[in-house]
Amino acid sequence: MARAVVTLPAQAKRGEIIEIKTLAAHPMETGFRRTQLGELIPRDIIRRFTCTYNGTEVCRVDLHPAMSANPLIAFTTVATESGTLSFQWVGDNGYTVTEIASIRVE
Amino acid sequence: MSLPISLVSTESPMTTRREFLLLAAASLAAPAANAQVDPNLAASRKAAFQAALRKIVGDAKVQRGRVKLQLPPLIDNGNSVPLSVAVESPMTDADHVKAIHILTEKNPLPDVVSVRLSPRAGRASLATRVRLADTQTVTAIAQMSDGSFWSDSAEVVVTLSACLEEGLI
Amino acid sequence: MSLRTGVRSLAWAAASALLANAWAAEIPLGERRSGYDLMSRETRAMQDEDATNPGMLWVLDGETLWNRKSGAAGRACADCHGDARASMKGVAARYPAFDSSRARPVSLEQRINLCRTGRQKAAPLAYESKELLALTAYVARQSRGLPISILIDARSKPFLEAGREAFHRRQGQLNLACAQCHDDNWGKRLAGSVIPQAHPTGYPLYRLEWQGLGSLERRLRNCLTGIRAQVPDFGAAELVDLELFLMWRARGMKIETPAVRP
Repeated sequence: MARAVVTLPAQAKRGEIIEIKTLAAHPMETGFRRTQLGELIPRDIIRRFTCTYNGTEVCRVDLHPAMSANPLIAFTTVATESGTLSFQWVGDNGYTVTEIASIRVE
Repeated sequence: MSLPISLVSTESPMTTRREFLLLAAASLAAPAANAQVDPNLAASRKAAFQAALRKIVGDAKVQRGRVKLQLPPLIDNGNSVPLSVAVESPMTDADHVKAIHILTEKNPLPDVVSVRLSPRAGRASLATRVRLADTQTVTAIAQMSDGSFWSDSAEVVVTLSACLEEGLI
Repeated sequence: MSLRTGVRSLAWAAASALLANAWAAEIPLGERRSGYDLMSRETRAMQDEDATNPGMLWVLDGETLWNRKSGAAGRACADCHGDARASMKGVAARYPAFDSSRARPVSLEQRINLCRTGRQKAAPLAYESKELLALTAYVARQSRGLPISILIDARSKPFLEAGREAFHRRQGQLNLACAQCHDDNWGKRLAGSVIPQAHPTGYPLYRLEWQGLGSLERRLRNCLTGIRAQVPDFGAAELVDLELFLMWRARGMKIETPAVRP
C-alpha cells in the first residue's frame, strides 16, 4: 500500500537545483488528544526524515507533533550526478518507510 | 462529580438557584486535564518558547532578516496550515545555512520542525504543513555556517484550533 | 375588466407567486460554485498538485487494490475492467446510478461492494474503511475534470424526489433544512467558516478537519449530527437518495476527486 509519495524530475542538468516534494501516509497523532471517555491517545508520530543522494545525506528533518498528518516535506537539492536518491521516514512504534528514486544528470 | 437526577426539576423550566450553583461547582471541578482551564497556560507556553529558543541559539544574538517565513494570514483550518520558509544564502561551503528551526508560542510544544541543510541543498528552503493551536506568531530561526542566527516571524489567525480538539473515539 | 377575468388574473398571480416561492431558494445554474472557490489560495494549491495532495495517498492505494486478486473467485477489478484509466472514465460522474438488482439507485461505494460480493465472491468492504475509501477514490479520480451527469428516468425519479424532499425538510433539534444554509445562506459565515453551496464535486475528499480522506456520507452524517438530527447508518436509503439529489443539483459541475476541503 502506498506509504509515501515522492515527486522529483527524472532528469536534470548538472548543477541544476531540483525541487523534491514528499508526502508520507501517517496520522501524526500528537499525544494531546483525548477520547470521549477522557483517555489520552498516545503520541505516534514520524520523528525524522532523511534524504540521501548516492549515499550522502543532503537533507534531514526533525518532526514534532505540530507537523500535520500525512506530512508534506518539500525541499531542494543540487543535481550533482546520476544515481539514486533514497528517502527515509522513521518514527514511533517502529515506523520506518523507505522510498527510492533514480535521477539522470547530464 | 455527577449531578443527582432528582435535583433537576421537571415542573419548572427555570433552573433553581440551587441547581445553578451545583452545576457551576460541577463544571469548575472538571478534570485539570482540560488544559484550557489552566490560568497560567499562556505564561508557561511563552516560557517554553523561550527555553526552546535558548536551546537553539544559546547566548547568541538573533538578528531579524535574511529569512522569509510565509504563512497564510487567515487559515481554513488549524490542522493543516501551509508554511514555507526560505533564507537568503549563497549556500557555498564558506557561507551556507546549517539549519532552519520553526517555533510557536501558543502550541502545547514550542518546536514544530527543524531542517538540517548543507551546500548540497542549493537553496535554503522548506515547505510543509503545520498544526497551529491558536491565533499566534510563528517564528523561523536560521542557523548560519558562521555561527550567526537570523529570524523572521509571521502572525496567523486561527479560528479552528488543531491540537486541543476532542478525541474521536 | 369583467369580474371573471379579474378573478382569473388574481388566480394566476397567486399561482405564479407560489411557484416563484417554491423555486426562489434554488441557486441558478450559472451561479453555482464549488467549495473550491471558497477556499484560501494555499488550500487550493494543495488540491491542485498531485505531489502535495494527501488524497493521492489513498488513490495510489486504490490502484494497488484494483489490481489485487480477491475473494473466492480469485479476481481483481482489473481482470474484468482492465485499465481503470479507460474503463472507469466518466463512471463516478454518473453515480449514484440505478441498479436493477436492487431496484433503486446505489452509490459508487455500494456499486463497488456489489462487485465484490457478486463477482469477486469476496466480503464487502466496510463503509469508511481505508480499502473502500481507496478504491472509491481511485475510481472517482478517473472522472476528474469531467462534468457530473446524472441520468434521471422514470425509475430513478421517485428517489430524486425523495432526496429533494430531504434537502428541503427541516429536521433535528435545531430544526434546520439543508436548503436553509446551502441554498439561502451560502457564502455567509457560520462560526468562522464560510458556508459552501454543498456540491459533492470532489468526494471522497481529504478534509483538513478529519486529517484524512472521507466519503460524502461521512460528511452528511457530520452535518446531521451538527443540527442534532437522527443520523442514518452508512448506506441508508435516505443518504443515497440525498446524494442522488445533490449530484443532480450539481449537474454539469466538474468532478474534482480527490478534493481537499477545510
